[in-house]
Amino acid sequence: MSQKLVERLQAEFGDRILETGSQHGDESVVVGREDLPAVVAHLKGREACELLLDVVGIDRSELPGHRDDPARFEVVYNLRSLARNHRLLVKVRAQEGQDVPSLAGLYSSADWAEREVYDLYGVRFRGHPDLRRILCHHEFEGHALRKDYPIERGQFLSAPEKLIRDHEIERAAHRAETAGDAILPSDLLTVNIGPSHPATHGALRAEVLLDGEIIVEARTEIGYLHRCFEKEAEDHTWAQVMPYTDRLNYVSAMLNNCIYCAAVEKLLDAEIPPRARVVRVIVSELSRIIDHLVCVCANLVDLGALTNYWFFYNVRESIYYDVIEPLCGSRLTTNFTRIGGLGYDVFEGFETAIERNLVKLETAIGEVTGLVARNRIFLDRTVGIGAMTVEQALDWGFTGPCLRATGLAYDVRKHAPYDGYETYDFDVPVGTAGDTRDRIMVRIEEMRQSARIIRQALARGLPGGPILIDDPRIALPPKEQVYGSIEGVMNHFKLIMEGGRVPAGEAYGFGEGGNGELGFHCVSDGSGRPYRIKVRPPCFPIFSAYGEMIRGLMIPDAVAILGSINIIAGELDR
Amino acid sequence: MAVTLDSPSNFLTTRLRQAVNWGRQYSLWPLPFGTACCAIEFMSTVSSYNDISRFGAEAVRFSPRQSDLLIVAGTISYKQAPILKTIYAQMCEPKWVIAMGVCASSGGFYNNYSTLQGIDHIIPVDFYVAGCPPTPENLLGALVQLQEKVRQEGLVPAGRRHATGNGA
Repeated sequence: MSQKLVERLQAEFGDRILETGSQHGDESVVVGREDLPAVVAHLKGREACELLLDVVGIDRSELPGHRDDPARFEVVYNLRSLARNHRLLVKVRAQEGQDVPSLAGLYSSADWAEREVYDLYGVRFRGHPDLRRILCHHEFEGHALRKDYPIERGQFLSAPEKLIRDHEIERAAHRAETAGDAILPSDLLTVNIGPSHPATHGALRAEVLLDGEIIVEARTEIGYLHRCFEKEAEDHTWAQVMPYTDRLNYVSAMLNNCIYCAAVEKLLDAEIPPRARVVRVIVSELSRIIDHLVCVCANLVDLGALTNYWFFYNVRESIYYDVIEPLCGSRLTTNFTRIGGLGYDVFEGFETAIERNLVKLETAIGEVTGLVARNRIFLDRTVGIGAMTVEQALDWGFTGPCLRATGLAYDVRKHAPYDGYETYDFDVPVGTAGDTRDRIMVRIEEMRQSARIIRQALARGLPGGPILIDDPRIALPPKEQVYGSIEGVMNHFKLIMEGGRVPAGEAYGFGEGGNGELGFHCVSDGSGRPYRIKVRPPCFPIFSAYGEMIRGLMIPDAVAILGSINIIAGELDR
Repeated sequence: MAVTLDSPSNFLTTRLRQAVNWGRQYSLWPLPFGTACCAIEFMSTVSSYNDISRFGAEAVRFSPRQSDLLIVAGTISYKQAPILKTIYAQMCEPKWVIAMGVCASSGGFYNNYSTLQGIDHIIPVDFYVAGCPPTPENLLGALVQLQEKVRQEGLVPAGRRHATGNGA
């Protein structure tokens, strides 16, 4: 399908398509910088690529074969068509100081994604509406992900940045005046929300401009939890990156583990043992349940419905103490999978422990839905609040429950099945209005579907056999070999000290994370360490729309919406 | 404190320091400065399974004006640092600080351009809790130890308490 897409593009644009490539099933084209808007507009208009998933910057100055290439930077646009189920990576190359035309006019999701590339690489985007730093603070000097920026060079910040400038206040007052509402700039009140605020769940900040109680302008800022996952990944071996993935979306760490492994296995063309596949599905779905439990219960607390917090949170605690901790020795940050399989086998009584907790989960779902589903206060606070249409959601790059709440049944597990998801029978719940209530209800129903998947997997019985691939390139040898043979010692030593070698190449591995499509764009130079890993965090595009979603509403609505879009700062800021 | 039950009067004798510290010790009002994974474990600590109210510290407040125990739960980046410093300055004396988890204590395994290498670079710390993230039991353990510290403290004038550098 994608192959034909590339051919159609070549027929349309001829030699303006400079290169085409296909690696590990990912099709890509390279175009000139000036041709980029035309090619992408064609893809959007004629080839139904509604989603711009991500914009990836790559500094090629240390990539073998490109050291003398004057085009130091590569910018990769990851496009996805849901209607025709195809994907394409569009690449442009830029030299130091050259700018790239911005796609912010075509896709709203390009806005923040391009700001990130500018912040971390210094590639400028011509025509971008607001090209400022996004993850690093505004006093930061240099561009952190360039290969010549030392990882340990920290820079102190003196004071936070003001987000809404004076001229914007005047502009908002002017807009209100032309709408027939005579107000002075001094009538508008600027309120700062976060990052230390009970509703911001971590480290998000918004500055809103209020006319009475109505938000007339909103600016959001992120980067308060920027922990440099991507720079750290370049500084560690492929296997050492695993604990860092736990701390991306720390509410559903196992999903990150599994999807990161899947991305590296894609580069390696490795097939994991059947037992590992099934256990990965089970722990992924458990993780999804935990993610939704925490999201929904925190959202309901923000709405004042504290009882539901206890109902849901106790189930989560129970899953942690009964299943996750016995499985991998820790609660939150699991580090459970390994490239090529799993770190540990399941414990005795795994199946019964899960079944016991699924029963608790169903009871809790019954109790919570009983309390909120027809609750007048809940409905008043959530129905029609923060509603998004399908078109808006796609434009902003939504995936996952937030997209499904608008009515579009896009789920990576159905559209591009992995780990055998095609063999399980489950439904993809959708909403109708795309509002806060739909987002909450979609999540609640998804928990039921996840429980269904887990039960099917357990009913089939776990396949026997190993849990780790038998491949000395990447998998650690068994301890008997390490202590009993010189080859085992050598293999172990090399894997630990230098890292398992991953063949040179590029791959985008992805799966359905707790909050949408979670992807890892991996570039390997053939060594034991990643050359570049770019995470595609589902939260990032969703939160970029937050300012738009809350405009015209009140601050309590903004709190309700923020809880329902489930922003996890670790994943948002990486 | 000495209470004599058969005494006809309703007096009890104690020292002022003991009486005040007894009150402070069992009514710590925590402000969770939660930024990352540790904040989720803080949520577990306050929820019913672990129940921080058994130790008298369940009055969680998000306003620095109303709280006397700052629990820094999570990674503090250079971008976040000025905000943490402001929050600490806004808290009234007496006040105590727990650095929950290795990120707050030392930067943890994030030794990079964006992560502050321990909050003690910018504010004083009473207790460091190890773990990534610490379990709720770890945090409760730190709370109990902090209570012991509070109990033993003198009525030191505000602002001078941390000058001796009595981190644990």
